[in-house]
Amino acid sequence: MVIASLVLASCGGGNGSASGADDKTITGGGSSFDKPLFDKQFAEYNTTTGVKINYQSIGSGAGIAQLTSKTIDFGASDAPMNGKQDSAVSAPVLHIPITAGAVVLSYNLPEVKDTLKLTPEIIAGMFLGTITKWNDAQISAVNPTVKLPATDVLIAHRADGSGTTNIFTTYLSKVSPEWDAKVSKGSTVNWPVGTGGKGNEGVAGVIKQTPGTIGYVELAYAVQNQMQYAQVKNKAGNFITPSSASVTAAANIDIPADSKISLTNSDAPEGYPISGFSWVLIYKEQSYNNRTQAQAEQLVKLVSWMIHDGQKFSEALQYAPLSEKAVAVGDAILKSATFNGQPVLK
Amino acid sequence: MFFAQIQLSVMMELNLENSNNVALNANFKETENVMSDAKRKQFKKAPKSIVGERIFKSLLGLLSVLILLLVVGVLFTLLLHSLPSIKAIGFKFLWTKTWDPPHSIYGTLPFLVGTLITSFTALLISIPFSIGVAITLGEYFPNGPVSNFIKNAIDLIAAVPSVIFGFWGFLILVPYVRELELKIGITPPDGQGLFTASLVLAVMIIPYAASLGTTMIKMTPSALKEAAYGLGATRWEVLKSVILPYSKSGIFAGILLSLGRAIGETMAVTLVVGSAIKMPSNIFSTGNTMSSMIANQFSEASSDPLQLSSVVEIGFILFLVTFLINYIGKRIIKRFSNK
Repeated sequence: MVIASLVLASCGGGNGSASGADDKTITGGGSSFDKPLFDKQFAEYNTTTGVKINYQSIGSGAGIAQLTSKTIDFGASDAPMNGKQDSAVSAPVLHIPITAGAVVLSYNLPEVKDTLKLTPEIIAGMFLGTITKWNDAQISAVNPTVKLPATDVLIAHRADGSGTTNIFTTYLSKVSPEWDAKVSKGSTVNWPVGTGGKGNEGVAGVIKQTPGTIGYVELAYAVQNQMQYAQVKNKAGNFITPSSASVTAAANIDIPADSKISLTNSDAPEGYPISGFSWVLIYKEQSYNNRTQAQAEQLVKLVSWMIHDGQKFSEALQYAPLSEKAVAVGDAILKSATFNGQPVLK
Repeated sequence: MFFAQIQLSVMMELNLENSNNVALNANFKETENVMSDAKRKQFKKAPKSIVGERIFKSLLGLLSVLILLLVVGVLFTLLLHSLPSIKAIGFKFLWTKTWDPPHSIYGTLPFLVGTLITSFTALLISIPFSIGVAITLGEYFPNGPVSNFIKNAIDLIAAVPSVIFGFWGFLILVPYVRELELKIGITPPDGQGLFTASLVLAVMIIPYAASLGTTMIKMTPSALKEAAYGLGATRWEVLKSVILPYSKSGIFAGILLSLGRAIGETMAVTLVVGSAIKMPSNIFSTGNTMSSMIANQFSEASSDPLQLSSVVEIGFILFLVTFLINYIGKRIIKRFSNK
């Protein structure tokens, strides 16, 4: 009896505070695409301001879900919220572009020392299961100097829901009508072939483990794990190596005011075609669930820092720093964040 | 968990005559005296002790009802949260072969098949080992250093966290299975798949059938064994005609326990099963089990109500499948002991 009442009392005490546990902590969750960058940014932010940010890389969809139920302060997603998610949320959510990254095709072919070149048709064919051998005519046509083995093409994809999958399948839907009709795009799709891995880390693990595998991971994971990744032919016909420079080039286009735009298959001649923005999501009206003005300011200041000073950590981690146009749009969006109707940033 | 309950119910159903368990006999005799003493004390003492008895009894009853309510509550919650999916998709869910969130098509057949295939294959692989260990520990080495060593090793297998088995499977077992697939000519030679998952599960579930089987074999009355030896039976014949028939329902209960563990195992399977959403074409193909599907999909699905409710429905069906298998198993045990 005594124990029960103690438990109930402690439960009751915990419900008072809002999503942030105290004034010096901010909680966030979402995209695993962003995690390497966020880890670095948040560590630096903590040393300079003392504010601790607790970020869980649970996947873009889960981040949006947690933000919808207001259990975290901000979410991070590799895709803007879609219609279903918009209708589930109770108040408008601001999308602030935070970084752009590349989804690379990483492969494990120990005998092949050169970098493979891939065209959109080849990539779609592999992932649809129509191209099954590495020495297929289509692949050797664009790689005439490379000796390709006669082994099977094994595909690795995400087993869990993922914004990285979203960027990749959006690209495939744009370049392959067959893919668009059969599989379409989304965070989880019905993959025709392949083995699943959990998270970017899982897919990288599957690729590294099995010779002959090709899969899609975020650029930082491929570089950190020293995996080979392919050059991809873009819309202009050039074979582009994924890097922060080629992603910035792909992002150097006009961005709409709400910043919801896909960078895949960009028109830019030097742009890497499988690029994507990643967004931080916060509620437009910051006074909810007993949040204080101080907490709202702290959050908006953090996001503002992330799109200005925080960008200097991007290149070292293979992310593309935001272009000036993107920063301008981000600033304008942040200015529209309010607390009880008054703008948070003065 | 199930372990103690099954052990107790098995023992009661078998109507033991434990003539070789001296300690039990001694307890039985003493209980009579103790009981009559207690009864005398009861009448002499103040009613305080009767009140104490009543409180104790009602507390026991309360705790049992609470546990029952918990199980019913879980079932009810699963049903409640899968209602949107049941309404939208209905019974078709059970035989739809695709899981296609962008087109809002959900079905559980590949995962149901995956769960049943991996669990039963794991059971088939592990039965010779667990029965072998049970016979070794129960009959050939009941005491002594060898017995301690084997017992500790088996207990260690049960104690290792399942995710470590998953890692071991992913890093060590998968390359070997891949070589096997290359030799047999399976394409694509992935290494991951239902077979690898079954192997990992088989190792994990050995301890359950082994320890329960050991207990049951040790409880075979020595009078029966001595009679058989007296008639000139060899060790193997005593094993075959006396010990195994006697302990067969108990061993079966242990196997049922192993199966229950195999059906529900999540992390170890998720890491090696290949996470492919399609009907398995052979034992080596990649696939998915219901629990690994839930593990993979749950966090992301929370943003789409229909997807979330479909994932919960998978959990609900898993609950029902486990229930059904346990019920069938109990009936079989009853049949064994009534023969």
